[in-house]
Amino acid sequence: MTEMAGEVRAAAAPVAARPVAGLSKAVAGWLQAAPLAAILLAFLVAPIAMIVVVSFWKATEFSIIPAFSFENYEFLFGSPVTYRVFLATFKYALVTWAATLAIGFTVAYYLAFHIRSQTVQIALFLLCTIPFWTSNIIRMISWIPFLGRNGIANQALIDWGLIDAPLEWLLYSDFAVILAFVHLYTLFMVVPIFNTMMRIDKSLLEAARDNGASGFQTLVHVILPLTKPGIMIGTIFVVTLVMGDFITVRFMSGSQKANVGRLISNDIGLLQYPSAAATAVVLLCTVLIVIGILLRFVNIRKEL
Amino acid sequence: MAKTGYTRRSLLKTGGAAVAASALPAPMIWAQETKNIVLRQFGTGVSNLNDVAKKVKEDLGFTLEMTALDSDAVTQRAATQPDSFDIADIEYWICKKVWPTGNLQAMDTSRIANYDKIVGIFRSGKLTPESTIAQGTAPHTVGFVEGPDGTSFASEETGWMTLIPTIYNADTLGIRPDLIGRPIESWTELLNPEFKGKASLLDISSIGIMDMAMVCEAMGEIQYGDKGNMTREEIDKTMAIFTEAKKNGQFRAFWKTFDESVNLMASGEVVIQSMWSPAITAVKSRGIPCVYQPLKEGYRSWGGGIGLSKSLSGMELDAAYDYINWYLSGWVGGYLMRQGYYSAVPETSKEFMSANEWGYWFEGKEATDVITSPGGDALAQAGETRDGGDFYERMGRVACWNSVMDENQYMVRKWNEFIAA
Repeated sequence: MTEMAGEVRAAAAPVAARPVAGLSKAVAGWLQAAPLAAILLAFLVAPIAMIVVVSFWKATEFSIIPAFSFENYEFLFGSPVTYRVFLATFKYALVTWAATLAIGFTVAYYLAFHIRSQTVQIALFLLCTIPFWTSNIIRMISWIPFLGRNGIANQALIDWGLIDAPLEWLLYSDFAVILAFVHLYTLFMVVPIFNTMMRIDKSLLEAARDNGASGFQTLVHVILPLTKPGIMIGTIFVVTLVMGDFITVRFMSGSQKANVGRLISNDIGLLQYPSAAATAVVLLCTVLIVIGILLRFVNIRKEL
Repeated sequence: MAKTGYTRRSLLKTGGAAVAASALPAPMIWAQETKNIVLRQFGTGVSNLNDVAKKVKEDLGFTLEMTALDSDAVTQRAATQPDSFDIADIEYWICKKVWPTGNLQAMDTSRIANYDKIVGIFRSGKLTPESTIAQGTAPHTVGFVEGPDGTSFASEETGWMTLIPTIYNADTLGIRPDLIGRPIESWTELLNPEFKGKASLLDISSIGIMDMAMVCEAMGEIQYGDKGNMTREEIDKTMAIFTEAKKNGQFRAFWKTFDESVNLMASGEVVIQSMWSPAITAVKSRGIPCVYQPLKEGYRSWGGGIGLSKSLSGMELDAAYDYINWYLSGWVGGYLMRQGYYSAVPETSKEFMSANEWGYWFEGKEATDVITSPGGDALAQAGETRDGGDFYERMGRVACWNSVMDENQYMVRKWNEFIAA
């Protein structure tokens, strides 16, 4: 953020210097950075601060009492359910990440290196985005009749003679949840990876080939390292989206599974705002730690 | 939609409305002024129907904006956003939770034209003079306050009502007779391993726990002091039984909204589950057999009513009273009864139903002709009877009312654990 503000300041300074002639450059700079800072303060910092404050409050059934109490956190960390639910959340994030990465990388690789014509490339890329023209919820819910006990998937499998009885675990299971996640979020992996792949200097690939590297060696030693920033950006998207989700888990598991988002939404539904806030704070910290660790592997800033 | 049915019904409506209009002693406001009035009503999906809003516009002139939410969201909104609504269409157990926030105002029963005709359940608590009052939050216990500003509930009729009762019903389990193929008689069947992976429960803690209690009691596992107000020990035991069943894969899914329950049943994912009456109607109207199975242990019942926001005053308040009087005057009652609910003033609804419909839905008689839903779909053929018998037979066998417990917070936490288990 500070860097961005700095750039804005540097670029705009000569023009803006005239109207604020009486002020020093530094003051003008602060003023120019102020709108963005104010927006971030009002819509990002303040709400988070509020959530943190409320997480220390107490609640009865229908009223919230301002206080400074660790009760919510004590309950949260004292309950085995919390650990189980966090574990489930990580599980969803990890499996979804692995699947979206595998699919996303393959799709991006195909688009970037196998399609020669730019027109076809753009057309195929747009094709990937078509499912995103409808809402998240619709894309998710449309899986339900497909995967159901008497759904198309089971009917087809039975007709082909692959199974005798419908597969129960297709719907309302972890499988269904992860399938929906992968379907919903793979594009978030494809886009950044495709983007970094397009920037790879093609002469590097030629050099690798000239030096006798096989296709696989080129992939592992040239393309993969150069695509890391894209993978990392995609990872951050997917991990944060999955960890913050609650509706996909609710619908696809038939309310039978829980992740942290559902814990929060249940609390809100029952008017337990302080408890929800405490859970949200813990989740926020967890996600920040995860992203902090991810960023240690790759410097994505130089790619932006 | 069947054309003939529509014509017959619209005739009935017009005729009935004329009767109602001349019979209603309540002061009607001049249409010219009411035209601009907008009343914002929110509530659960059961009675928040666009048809009602349309009819209000026709009959009373003002605009009714409807918002349908689930029970938890309704409670939340009534308790925390008093300025976001004028009329709260809530259940009695929600009223117990929300009334102490002071967001609703008591209603003067002398302004309710049909007050004397409201069924006993909502006034003295007794359906008939001989009835015993069921466990849980029986509507009459939270139906009255001492005065216009009363904060605590009164034990008898005081002339100041918290909610004007609108609809209610006796709930039980819904089943797919075609997929089960044998009679179902007891609540215990919900946990019968025979239906492993084919049972469902609703994921609204305060109602779900009651269905659980009905099952546990029927199994003979737990004897409750009051199913509507359990002790921590009783809650723990109940949850333990269901958590074990859940881990064994008894449940296919849990549902939270009306349409989820319909889809679970219609698709055959589930063959036995907690269900609401119109959900059965919805499944049947797709041509799929579905029975609202009366069980020997009795029903779990609920009642809903209309509450007025504290901030309602002047012309809007008058309009709200008009709306309430109109609500009890029969058209809505008839509309709701054709879906399997009961109206708080059944006798006014009778005028808006055909003799066949009244006999089938209220008196539990054999249908003399095809019974259709308000949408026009056939629900029953001539000769069929309603599940559970007549009004007194059904409402007289209520074992427990939906309720909110003293240990509610503890129960909610346990419920969360159950869902995450």
